[in-house]
Amino acid sequence: MTLPVDMSTTLGNAWFPAPIFTASGCASSGKELAQFFPLNQIGAVVTKSVMSKPRHGRPTPRMAETASGMLNSIGLQGPGIDSFLANDVPWLLEQKARVIVSIAGETVEEYSTLARKLRSVSGISAVEVNISCPNVENRGLVFACDPDASRRVIDGVRKTIGGDLPIIAKLSPDVTDLPAIARGVVDAGADGLALINTVLGMVINVDSMRPHLGGKTGGLSGPAIKPVAVRAIYQVHAALPNIPILGMGGVATGRDAFELILAGASGVSVGTASFGNPSSLIQIQNELRDLLAARGFATMQQAIGYAHREEA
Amino acid sequence: MATINKSAEQQIVTIVSNKRVGAYHQILLNVGDIVKNCRPGNFVAIKVGGDTSKMILRRAFAISRTSESSQYGGTMELIVAPHGSGSKWLCGQDEGTEIDIVAPLGTAFGIPTEPINALLIGGGYGSAPLFGLADVLKSRGCKVDMLLGASVGSKIYAPMEGKRSVNSLKIYTEDGSMGETGRVTENLLAIVRDRNIDVIYSCGPMAMLSAITELVAETDVIHQCAVEESMACGVGICMTCVLPVRNEDGTTSMLRSCIDGPVMDGANVRWDLVGKIPEALA
Repeated sequence: MTLPVDMSTTLGNAWFPAPIFTASGCASSGKELAQFFPLNQIGAVVTKSVMSKPRHGRPTPRMAETASGMLNSIGLQGPGIDSFLANDVPWLLEQKARVIVSIAGETVEEYSTLARKLRSVSGISAVEVNISCPNVENRGLVFACDPDASRRVIDGVRKTIGGDLPIIAKLSPDVTDLPAIARGVVDAGADGLALINTVLGMVINVDSMRPHLGGKTGGLSGPAIKPVAVRAIYQVHAALPNIPILGMGGVATGRDAFELILAGASGVSVGTASFGNPSSLIQIQNELRDLLAARGFATMQQAIGYAHREEA
Repeated sequence: MATINKSAEQQIVTIVSNKRVGAYHQILLNVGDIVKNCRPGNFVAIKVGGDTSKMILRRAFAISRTSESSQYGGTMELIVAPHGSGSKWLCGQDEGTEIDIVAPLGTAFGIPTEPINALLIGGGYGSAPLFGLADVLKSRGCKVDMLLGASVGSKIYAPMEGKRSVNSLKIYTEDGSMGETGRVTENLLAIVRDRNIDVIYSCGPMAMLSAITELVAETDVIHQCAVEESMACGVGICMTCVLPVRNEDGTTSMLRSCIDGPVMDGANVRWDLVGKIPEALA
């Protein structure tokens, strides 16, 4: 018989009863998945990155399945922050779900404007600052690929948001020196890091003999990118062992989530797996609990970064 | 409490039979009480490829028809074209195989409260959900005419028992190998006029749905069409299957064909903008 495992976790000063979260952009604002499991049973719903204005996103086709993965090219379609705060957040709080609001902007100022609107919202647990969406018009503008731009965004959000709402910066794996980018945003005021966003990719349609996606490039997700996520989390946790990481990238089983935790993640977001299995978050959370118990961990938090321990 | 997908259930179900019919496979699933919530137009999302598959996304199929029998309980019929790797896998599964489904999903065809004259138009395997719809319309006292079209005769799906639920059935093939040579849109306006059609229900390729919408634009006919866009999730979370749809205030929104469709009012779909981005939002 194994003892029950304490599954709770923290990201900055925010506490969560469970370590499995939705991934932003893979659960909309929660309503769609509520039929498949009670949203209050997971760590938190990380909502789809919202911008200051409503947005159509990119043209179709927006999706291409690849081997053990998929490319998406949504382009941050969404209702805009005002509608989101009026409709989606109150609904989630009514469900007793914990909420991490993800924001995205085209300029440093837009992120600050979004942060200002979040200041007065009660009940949310943290803000994810998505500075790494690959599906923007000008790939050169992905803030998380530029250490200086990343710092300026986080600095602007930190100064505007005030209070003690934890700021989680979502970073891209498509950089040469991820720990350097991570250190920069932490210095600018990020309390935690979300690793990793999708990996930029392309599929060419062999019938049309042109790029398949309407936006030409897309973000690769799914089990295909899990080793990239494990590497990124491991590297950043080694460089910044005291900074909590919300890990994600190709997690589809409890074993996958466990790997990310061993690499250094304090919580694990599940994204693409929900597309193939709308109940996956609960299944992954249960599998993780069993696995932690089988390995003798009394708390999930004891396993965070355990792969970094000195050799005996 | 769920407000979206509120009839959907995820279940492991058994394949009762899998038969080849022309270019398609007719697959019967034992789905139990799920049938009670299935309406013509709804679809099912099926996990394909087995547990070790490199295919990570579900495949969406229109529910062709459902029935409740004392022998099998609730059964759901699908008409599947073995085109891609997922549908080929499904068509290769034997009787007795267990598969993971989520159903019912999406919007259903609107059923009139009074008897009307309905014209059902199917393109290729798009005819599949129309036979179940025809049964329901007939039971409400509607007059049901049907037009089916495909490139070749082997791609026409028109089962014998299905023909009983329609007042007339006309078939078109582009190569003339079955029925009349041509497309379902050939004499559409004359048919609509001669038969006093009130509502057109359609399912098939997007070009066909768009052409029907354009033809009936100047008439009073209501056109309910089941659209087909590639989907990753089928439950509304991936935002890949969007279509530009006109709102009441004249603006356009990118709506998800999985939860705001597949059945949509053809007149509201901005067919000219499919694959493009609508004008900037105010």
